[in-house]
Amino acid sequence: MDIDLSVANLVKKFGNFTAVDQVTFDVPQGSFFSILGPSGCGKTTLLRMVAGFEEPTSGTIHIRGKDMAGVSPNQRPVNLVFQHLALFPMMNVAENIAFGLKRRKVASAQIKKQIDEILERVGLPGYAQQRIDQLSGGQKQRVAIARCLVLEPSVLLLDEPLGALDLKLREQMKVELKKLQSKVGTTFVYITHDQSEALVMSDRVAVMNMGRYEQIGTPQELYNQPLTPFVAQFVGDNNLWSGEVVEQSGNNIVMKTEEGFVFRTAIQGPISVGQHANLYLRPETMRILPTEKEALNCFNVVVKAILFDGANSRLLTVTPGGQELLVALPQNRSFDHIKPGQAIEVGWHPDAAVCFKAEA
Amino acid sequence: MAVPRSSKMVFWMFLAPVLCWLLLLIVLPHIDLLVMSFSGENDLGKSTWTLQNYRNFFTEPIYWNTFLRTAVFSIITTLITFLLAMPVAFYIVKVVRPRLQGAMLMMLLLPFWVSELVRVYGWMILLRESGVINHFLVKFGLLERPIEMLYNDATMIMGLVYTSMLFMVVPLISAMESLDDSLVEAAYDLGSSKTVIWWKIILPHCKPGITSGSIVVFMLVLGNYLTPNLMGGKNSLWFTEQIYNQFIASFNWNQGAAFGFLLLLLSSLIIWIGLKLSRQKLGEVAS
Ligand SMILES: Nc1ncnc2c1ncn2[C@@H]1O[C@H](COP(=O)(O)OP(=O)(O)O)[C@@H](O)[C@H]1O
Ligand SMILES: [Mg+2]
Repeated sequence: MDIDLSVANLVKKFGNFTAVDQVTFDVPQGSFFSILGPSGCGKTTLLRMVAGFEEPTSGTIHIRGKDMAGVSPNQRPVNLVFQHLALFPMMNVAENIAFGLKRRKVASAQIKKQIDEILERVGLPGYAQQRIDQLSGGQKQRVAIARCLVLEPSVLLLDEPLGALDLKLREQMKVELKKLQSKVGTTFVYITHDQSEALVMSDRVAVMNMGRYEQIGTPQELYNQPLTPFVAQFVGDNNLWSGEVVEQSGNNIVMKTEEGFVFRTAIQGPISVGQHANLYLRPETMRILPTEKEALNCFNVVVKAILFDGANSRLLTVTPGGQELLVALPQNRSFDHIKPGQAIEVGWHPDAAVCFKAEA
Repeated sequence: MAVPRSSKMVFWMFLAPVLCWLLLLIVLPHIDLLVMSFSGENDLGKSTWTLQNYRNFFTEPIYWNTFLRTAVFSIITTLITFLLAMPVAFYIVKVVRPRLQGAMLMMLLLPFWVSELVRVYGWMILLRESGVINHFLVKFGLLERPIEMLYNDATMIMGLVYTSMLFMVVPLISAMESLDDSLVEAAYDLGSSKTVIWWKIILPHCKPGITSGSIVVFMLVLGNYLTPNLMGGKNSLWFTEQIYNQFIASFNWNQGAAFGFLLLLLSSLIIWIGLKLSRQKLGEVAS
């Protein structure tokens, strides 16, 4: 498989502050690659280095095998969809899209044909003569993407392009972007702080924190096998327990939580008895009123509230020690009898949790 | 929503001084001048209505030549001012660190704390035959003997540009400040060279600022009296000097008033043509 974008040991420092720290990744041709991280973690800085707007302090960027050091943004075979789109307000839709083609001295008949084609592609046929301020948020989005795609870049860079849209439209555009990407086959590098955007759209996701990569993997890997506590907390919802290891054999441990629960589980990395560990447990791994309890860690909680959200409904529960826990509530009608205030038993399988040694 | 009576009264109370000022200082004198410009004396020495004052302007080549010269030089001055002010504004807004911006604006403003007369004399001290620049040029052997740098068109234009800079830079700065950096970067990303970015992004964005700056500078230069009088050539008149001559030297107030109105009309015409050529409306520029 050909690699479109290859970044190695990339570092960017602003004075003493390291915004991007030793980042390395490859993006295969035609794939949808996301960089996910909280705001301020250096995502935009990383993308701007790929686009050529920032000079790396050290490290290399190769696009389709060509070293990009010293190549100015207008010479790079990548295009950037800006965080606030940066459509040219003094030009209409067609002129915006034609802007890059004109710079390449494409014949005007050819330009017109390409504009019509790309507008068709992004689902805006007949909008060529509209002014930018006549478009809705979602339409502007598409024009900004069309303006880049029409240039057939090796890699399309997108900087939180859905950030400004309202929730409903964002959900819709997520699916549309994914469909568009598989239709045109262009390599997308997409950055976002919204984990659901990254999980839904991407072939692979890199989770970034404080300028460093925490983990790179498929959305499933990140969700099911987080390698660091940060990834466990940032990707998807998790319940957290801290406790002390009381027994250990290989990866299997028994830990006693601060509240006094004793749980069997497996841990990543070495640990010994007496040390502290953090345990992350997804809401959907907890079973309500389990029938076969032998293999499970079981305990009693009180239902505080029912957070109904269709297929994503949860119970907000509290342990006797006062810790809040989210428990997924399957909507198959078998738990309709559960009411707030009721005490119920929940259980989880030792393999369902991820557990890390606590930082000292 | 209906406006309460009392707030309407407050509105008129605040507006009244402005209206009085407009009426007393602008409308009334102009009506008086207008009447004057259409009056003249007949053969018997009696005052009558006449178009002679206006006719003189078009039949005497010296008058409209002076006007033409004044207009052309004003346009040239405006153009030079714009060409100098654009990089200055760009530098202040987009290049300099924010902390220095205020200081740089202050430096632009400072010369305008002294009166125009003093500023012009400053230039004269520098440029005259026995002036500072000549002194040093001779001392360092670059010139054999001092030359007169004052009293020619080039020096006069330089003086006018200097006087006008601020009025061009300020509207350009405010236009440039509203330019989103990411538009420039987007153009760069889409393959533009620096020249294309200036032509396609920065200049179109700054168009309202350019136009309002140009109108102000053009009008100020056209109506300037001091600088052309003190720095310009002795045998080439500025149109305002022509008006001054009519009022003061020839004591022909009727002719002077007519010239005043012609200056107003013709300069408005030039601005109208300018707006038409750049496809703009006055209302858009002012807002
Ligand atoms: N030009 C710059 N000068 C100094 N610090 C910067 C500059 N650009 C970004 N930073 C800093 O780098 C960090 C990462 O910024 P950014 O890449 O924009 O984060 P993100 O896009 O992930 O929110 C931030 O703390 C920001 O303050
Ligand atoms: Mg950002």
